[in-house]
Amino acid sequence: MSRTEVSPPAVEGPPAAAPKLGIQRDGLWRNVGLLGVLVALFAIGAGIRPDLYSDPDWVVNNMLVILTQAAAVGVITIGMTFVIIGGGIDLSVGALIALSGVWATTVATQSYGPGGMIFCALAVGAVAGSINGLLVAYGRLVPFIATLAMLVAARGLAAQISGKQTQVSRDQFINGLATTRIAGVPMLVVIFVVAGILGWILLNRTTFGRRTVAIGGNAEAARLAGINVKRHTLLLYALSGLCCGVAAIMLTSLATSSQAAAAELYELDAIAAAIIGGTLLTGGRGTIVGSMFGVIVFSAITNLFAIANLPTEVQNMVKGGIIVLAVLIQQFRFSSVSNLIRRRTP
Amino acid sequence: MTAEPTAGNVVLRLTDVVKTFPGVRALDGVELEVEAGEVHCLLGQNGAGKSTLIKVLAGVHRPDSGHVEWLGQPVEFATPQAAMKAGIATIYQELDLVDYLTVAENIYLGHEPHRFGFVHKGQAQRRARELLGRLGHGEIPTGWFVRSLPAAGKQIVSMARALSHEAKLIIMDEPSAVLAHDEVANLFRIIRELTAQGIAVVYISHRLEEIREIGDRVTILKDGRTTAAALPARTTPTRDLVRRMTGRTIEYVFPPRQDTVDGPVLLEVANLSRAKEFADITFSVRAGEIVGIAGLVGSGRSELLETVFGARTPDGGSVFMDGREVPAGNVGAAVKAGMGMAPEERKSQALLLGEAVYRNITLTTFGGYAKAGFTDAAREVAAAQDIADRLDLRPRDVRPPVSTLSGGNQQKVVVGRWLLGHSRLLLLDEPTRGVDVGARAELYKVIRDLAAKGVGILLVSSEVPEVLGLADRVLVMREGRLVHQAPAAQVTEDDVLDLVMAGSLHAAEDITMTEVAP
Repeated sequence: MSRTEVSPPAVEGPPAAAPKLGIQRDGLWRNVGLLGVLVALFAIGAGIRPDLYSDPDWVVNNMLVILTQAAAVGVITIGMTFVIIGGGIDLSVGALIALSGVWATTVATQSYGPGGMIFCALAVGAVAGSINGLLVAYGRLVPFIATLAMLVAARGLAAQISGKQTQVSRDQFINGLATTRIAGVPMLVVIFVVAGILGWILLNRTTFGRRTVAIGGNAEAARLAGINVKRHTLLLYALSGLCCGVAAIMLTSLATSSQAAAAELYELDAIAAAIIGGTLLTGGRGTIVGSMFGVIVFSAITNLFAIANLPTEVQNMVKGGIIVLAVLIQQFRFSSVSNLIRRRTP
Repeated sequence: MTAEPTAGNVVLRLTDVVKTFPGVRALDGVELEVEAGEVHCLLGQNGAGKSTLIKVLAGVHRPDSGHVEWLGQPVEFATPQAAMKAGIATIYQELDLVDYLTVAENIYLGHEPHRFGFVHKGQAQRRARELLGRLGHGEIPTGWFVRSLPAAGKQIVSMARALSHEAKLIIMDEPSAVLAHDEVANLFRIIRELTAQGIAVVYISHRLEEIREIGDRVTILKDGRTTAAALPARTTPTRDLVRRMTGRTIEYVFPPRQDTVDGPVLLEVANLSRAKEFADITFSVRAGEIVGIAGLVGSGRSELLETVFGARTPDGGSVFMDGREVPAGNVGAAVKAGMGMAPEERKSQALLLGEAVYRNITLTTFGGYAKAGFTDAAREVAAAQDIADRLDLRPRDVRPPVSTLSGGNQQKVVVGRWLLGHSRLLLLDEPTRGVDVGARAELYKVIRDLAAKGVGILLVSSEVPEVLGLADRVLVMREGRLVHQAPAAQVTEDDVLDLVMAGSLHAAEDITMTEVAP
């Protein structure tokens, strides 16, 4: 115990044996693991309903259903991943989806056509996210508190705007998004995948992503290296808000309506997905691909329960178990697997 | 337990105590003898082993070898609780009190008076009040949260806790560091009352005049060894004390100094002040010059450096680079003006430990290698590799995580970061902390080479020889003031130590004189 004080930093193996791309390799293993979970879920489904799973058309279609249901949460999970890697958390995402959706479907906004509605949803999301960012970065509020307050306030404002009524979208373009397919792939899935690709590029190939990892990994070091930590923190929450705007359009299209109670508890799904995807809750580490896998795994579980006709209560218990399991595996199994590989490759 | 110790009896005797940590011999043959009713002072430079010694006595560390004799019995305390129970209480510099517990709860933390498993609150309050009264501070409300007390009050609560354990020896680690001048007088009064009751006090302080005033005997540590045991505290000449603290065993190897520095003035700091940290600091650094700041922890030196760099906002004064004022409290502006800093806490303030070496080297410059916001990893690696070659980084590969490097090489990464950014002024805060002796010489060479190429260097170090050996000019800081500036060749280690430590007596005289003057 007492030795830790002066001992050098814990290093696994000699420096020479350290992996050149250690972080990426760990991420890769986790993604392989999540892919394994998906395969296992598929196998369970095939075991329960061999009649359905023997039909290739049904299988492909069901996969697209899983992806479609994952799409909206997927988009906010990408924003959430950035916020968490940057050392924060955003509890307001579900509420911001509701607020953006309600604001974009008021009679007045709908009169501006689909462009006006989309712009409105994105703008409301980004501005509300920026307010989160201002409170966290410049108001020095703890992210948990600032975004919790935003959650409550945004739901309140959404209820105020909608008069607690469900607002029907009459816009054919918006409503058509959910039914449109590009080369057989539903539009919402395309949006999810494109958002994922953009998120991956932003995180791994741009200065924005580098700053995100830096301030999440060591905010003080980033600050003393001349990075404007406050401005970047603001931008991270704005990005998360923008993702909420996108998700709001997607959900509005699916339901052809919006309401103040929409997207309830999506924040928990997004956080859980990011975590099982390997994003460190303390910041500084995480992958977009992992987060996307996380969302898809959750969606696949929901799908499996629907197919097997099991009650949703059990489904939530299983999801909770998966979160715990994923983190436990992260702590023990993967570290020992990757250590094993490190030792074998001299 | 043996009979109550009476004055003059040896209560604690350490013989040849050794304690090693991986790579460090923290204690290397310590002798200490403390008598009941005396104030025994421990003196030594930073890193001399005082803290380790305290922790051995307090049961935090166990010695590797040697004997600890307590009240005539050989002992080895396995836990801090065991030491407490035996009657040795320690008051640490960072007081270990719980802010949101009351005064009484803190005093009896861990040994609450209880009945049938329930804490006997009334009794705890009553006894706490008695203890505080014994310390002459019955006015401290026992029901208040400790958080609401000033530093001096917290210290008294710590002492009351020590008394609640019926301590026969109280170790105080720089208790005056957190106190104002008049509060120190009160602390001394309390210490005298404690010793009058036969309690022994081990008193640690950097301030020689305090040791003269309160101490009975002095033991001096240097490099983990006792260099002088039980000297009379009042009559031993300052020169003797200082010499026994500094006589070197570690050889510092400094590269040869360049002749004269006549580059243009790079950095000018004018009347820089920050409340409670430092006041009215004025100095300059030329291009190619190494300016070293000597001073103790708490003298305001690190805070000064961080303020110059814009990481803290000053209350007054200005910083100029190349004659132009640098906006206050703005790191980005300081970096743009050509400054770079290697902060004191390398791991918590400078490095992204899990990230690759090259990413740490390009942490301030990756934006410059990027095209339209897209980073260019290949160019970054190449640039970082070039820096690694120049600074002789080992291992040379810049792709493994920076956590795999040794302390000295990690420091090179931080310095290299700013070299890559073409910083013309480097602020180095304790650049050799946690760096082993061999690697130090290498860092010294790196620093000298940089200066020879025209980089201005402002260096802070707790190790006076390092400042003297490396710097062209030396600034001495004490209690937030710049007390001396001189070319390094014109001052000796003893002079600087005198200024750094004993001088606070003169400072006190200065204050009284200005007060008397109309």
